[in-house]
Amino acid sequence: MLLFKLALKNLLGAGTRTWLNVAVTSFSFVLIIFMSGFYQGFLEYAQQVTLETEVAGGAYWHPAYDPDDPFTLDEAHGVPPGPVNSQVAGGQAMPILLTQGSMYPEGRMMPVMIKGIPPDQNIVSLPTAVLGEYTGAAIPVLIGAGMSHTAQLEVGDVFTIRWRDVHGTYDADEAEVVSIMRVENPGVDMGQLWLPLETLREMLEMPGEATYVVAASGAELLADIGDWQAKPVAFFLQQYLDVIEMKSSNAKVLYAVLLAMAALGIFNSQVLSIFRRRKEIGTLMALGMVRSRVVALFTAEGGMHSVLAFVLGGIWGGPLLYFVATMGIPMPYDPSEFGVIMAPRLIGVYGAGMILGTTLLVAVIVTMVSYIPARKIAKLKPTEALTGRSN
Amino acid sequence: MKLLKRSVYVMMPCLIWPLALAAQSEKVPTAKELIEAIDANLNARTSIVTSRMVVHGRRASRTITSRSWVEGTDKAFTEYLAPPREAGTKMLKLGDQLWTYSPQTDRIIQISGHMLRQSLMGSDLSYQDMMEDQSLEDVYDGIVEGSEQLNGRDSWVMTLTAKVEGLAYHTRKAWIDKEWLLPMREELFAKSGKLLKSSYAEEVMQVEGRWYPKVWVFKDELKRNSRGTEWIIDEIAFNQPIPEAQFAKAALRK
Repeated sequence: MLLFKLALKNLLGAGTRTWLNVAVTSFSFVLIIFMSGFYQGFLEYAQQVTLETEVAGGAYWHPAYDPDDPFTLDEAHGVPPGPVNSQVAGGQAMPILLTQGSMYPEGRMMPVMIKGIPPDQNIVSLPTAVLGEYTGAAIPVLIGAGMSHTAQLEVGDVFTIRWRDVHGTYDADEAEVVSIMRVENPGVDMGQLWLPLETLREMLEMPGEATYVVAASGAELLADIGDWQAKPVAFFLQQYLDVIEMKSSNAKVLYAVLLAMAALGIFNSQVLSIFRRRKEIGTLMALGMVRSRVVALFTAEGGMHSVLAFVLGGIWGGPLLYFVATMGIPMPYDPSEFGVIMAPRLIGVYGAGMILGTTLLVAVIVTMVSYIPARKIAKLKPTEALTGRSN
Repeated sequence: MKLLKRSVYVMMPCLIWPLALAAQSEKVPTAKELIEAIDANLNARTSIVTSRMVVHGRRASRTITSRSWVEGTDKAFTEYLAPPREAGTKMLKLGDQLWTYSPQTDRIIQISGHMLRQSLMGSDLSYQDMMEDQSLEDVYDGIVEGSEQLNGRDSWVMTLTAKVEGLAYHTRKAWIDKEWLLPMREELFAKSGKLLKSSYAEEVMQVEGRWYPKVWVFKDELKRNSRGTEWIIDEIAFNQPIPEAQFAKAALRK
């Protein structure tokens, strides 16, 4: 205890030098937590939005369906297996049918993915009910805000869509935008037209068919579904974990630079302090303090930088992180342009584990860089140290 | 003598009326006859063509020059000569398969699936349009609807309706010049009856005793401001020998 009191007294006695090191360390400490919180916030938000708007409780895919390979789409349709259809009939799942086509807003051609969805579904948070309420002569179409911006379409606009039926024959008709949905998932927005499922089935001559079936949240994913593939929620969320892992790897370089900056300052100050305080070290030794305790004293002095940095970081970083965690930071641009799910306001998520882990990491690194120069003390002879010389 | 004169007077209308009627009611060919006549004009055992494709964009136009070697309806090899950006690009069609070679990437890519629906070099033509090689007679039911004037020339109007599944266009309407026996205009319709594409011959030429379109214009009718794509034939030679190696995939990299 005496050692720690002495270490703290020495540290505070060093004045500006200590506070400069503490300030740099606290900056690194807060910034690491700040960024990690953003990644965590992005991950949680993306997962939540994906579940709500797209994945719900998982899906059953047609055996030929591969969303990463558009070549497979022509063949990826069929009548879902009986047990899956039973789930659909029970309101525990909904079929989705996909086809590629072209749209001609204002006579400009744009490739689109045409998706059929039951208008009365309540499995995903998409306002599909408007599709069922349409009474006009055109094909009712629901689009996202991103798509509306790209295609310059508003509610009530009529444009031509062209597609090919199950046999490959071209067909075309007029479509009308019945609603524009604000959805933060570009996966259900960009380049997509949502139509009533039965309308699309008639257009494609694919009665009762689907490309995939989305299970309701909490519904049991069936295993015995023939050659269709059951895709659990974890399968869909893995993509975000992969993105975070990749981003975290990049961020680790920045963390290393930040920590190196703080560590270098402390290391430098430790080297300087051991050089300048040789007489004090000699005196302590002459008074009977064993070398290991002197090393421990200097190591504790250095290590205490992290404690002070934690306190200082808490004073200035705490309110900042609280603000970011509650209010978030508004994005200066439209996140949908990036094709990934991003909240309009970036909200940080700061867990106790993350803060504790970062604190420990900073404390361990600071203590280590404090110990390395302090080892030199073990080689000092008290007589030489008392005269202010070192070997 | 009077009797003879009278007989002649009586007989004259009987002799002249059928001739006049025959002239008026010109024999309407069947769709099969028209398709065969068109095929005889347009198809040859082989053809070697140097042509330009003028793609009219919203702001500017691009001219793409190419040379093609064609054998029947199954085999075609095209090498793009200009502009420099497209020069060296090659395309090989064998039956229902299509490959392209790009010198920039030095790779051969098979065009299939939805890529066939993509525009050919930004034109109003799709790869799918290029791939059509089935005889119209085999896959469409044809009706000659009558005769119309098109650009001051007499034409037969023929409507073709798909009789097999899997054709890109459900209905076609063609205006066939009665003298040249060439389709001077064609309209392609969707199942719903909506006009999707049109094409017309802007200029024709006579080559080796047959009539052939010199300038042919394609237009995607769903694109509101499209000025179409012109296909201009600069040189064409029929029934010239083409070595089999010209249609090998290896020729794409040469």
